[in-house]
Amino acid sequence: MSLRTVLGRVRGLGSAKSGTREGAMQRLTAMALVPLCLWLIASVVSHVGASYETMHAWLASAHTSALMLCLLFALVLHVQLGLKMVVDDYVHGGCMHAVSLLAIKLGTVLVGVFTAVAVLRAAFVGV
Amino acid sequence: MVEFALPANSKVQPGKSHKAPAGAKKVKTFKIYRYDPDTGANPRWDLFEIDLDDCGPMVLDALLKIKNEIDSTLTLRRSCREGICGSCAMNIDGANTLACLKPIEDIKGQAVISPLPHMPVVKDLVPDLSVPYAQLASIKPWMQTQSPQPPDREVLQSPEERAKLDGLWECILCFCCQTSCPSYWWNGERYLGPAVLLQAARWIHDTRDEFTGERLDAVEDAFRLYRCHTIMNCTNTCPKGLNPAKAIGSIKEMLAERSE
Repeated sequence: MSLRTVLGRVRGLGSAKSGTREGAMQRLTAMALVPLCLWLIASVVSHVGASYETMHAWLASAHTSALMLCLLFALVLHVQLGLKMVVDDYVHGGCMHAVSLLAIKLGTVLVGVFTAVAVLRAAFVGV
Repeated sequence: MVEFALPANSKVQPGKSHKAPAGAKKVKTFKIYRYDPDTGANPRWDLFEIDLDDCGPMVLDALLKIKNEIDSTLTLRRSCREGICGSCAMNIDGANTLACLKPIEDIKGQAVISPLPHMPVVKDLVPDLSVPYAQLASIKPWMQTQSPQPPDREVLQSPEERAKLDGLWECILCFCCQTSCPSYWWNGERYLGPAVLLQAARWIHDTRDEFTGERLDAVEDAFRLYRCHTIMNCTNTCPKGLNPAKAIGSIKEMLAERSE
């Protein structure tokens, strides 16, 4: 039980004076993902039934791997910001909140690095 | 974690039923949330049958008729009965609105009436609004200037500058929007909520105020402002037809402009 006043409670630790950059980045990555995802879907659909070698050659081409890296970067950042939103909304309480945010950051960075390495490997190492 | 179910002592149970007087022709049933903290019992739904031929047109008229003629223990806030004081805000037929502005004939079937959602209930239809009131005080809803006030006249504003406050000054602080917002339900003590952010916007856009930057600083926060996900419940429910979501959007725009 706390005898703190309601005003004291709602003023809490004060404003973090941040969040604008994250909001802008979330919208920017969302806008970037629209054409990038359309490109990916169109490319995959146009390769239906293609052999492994054809797909590999497609992925290894300079413009495909460049666009794929852009897509991965935007996607990982967007997922990270989006999941943070969900956790901020629904997970309350210091420890669980902090652990969830840490897990999101580590998880998305890990996914980003692994997928980026896969694309780079396809582009530079060969079949 | 967020609790999606009501705690055991808040589960609403069936309550008393009051029949319409004999000979009533135009009967309407009002299903009203009742809670009395003194008894320690769970809240209940009481049913009241009203003869609409012997009742005023608005939901508030029916509630006062019930209080005056059927059950004087029914507790609610009301004052002006014309949509200016904001006292009789409650959840009627599934949406937050003012009982004095809601015509009974707009409600199909049973009229279900409960207090503003997700607030502690003081008694029956009276919610505890001390948190939103404190949040309102926290954004300093008064003019702040550094320049000395002119001794012989008020601080001037052009008609165009004054027009920026239209759609903001009309808020009566009924908190219908505040308590309709899911983000406010989940983070009520940290997210300022649509009503309070609309008030913040009212002072941020006031050209006579000289503390715009400090006001923006005070709301720039992942919880205080950016819990708004443009769900738009606030705008849908506002009994005065205001647009808190747009006001919040205007604060976000100013912050984006500032950070560029």
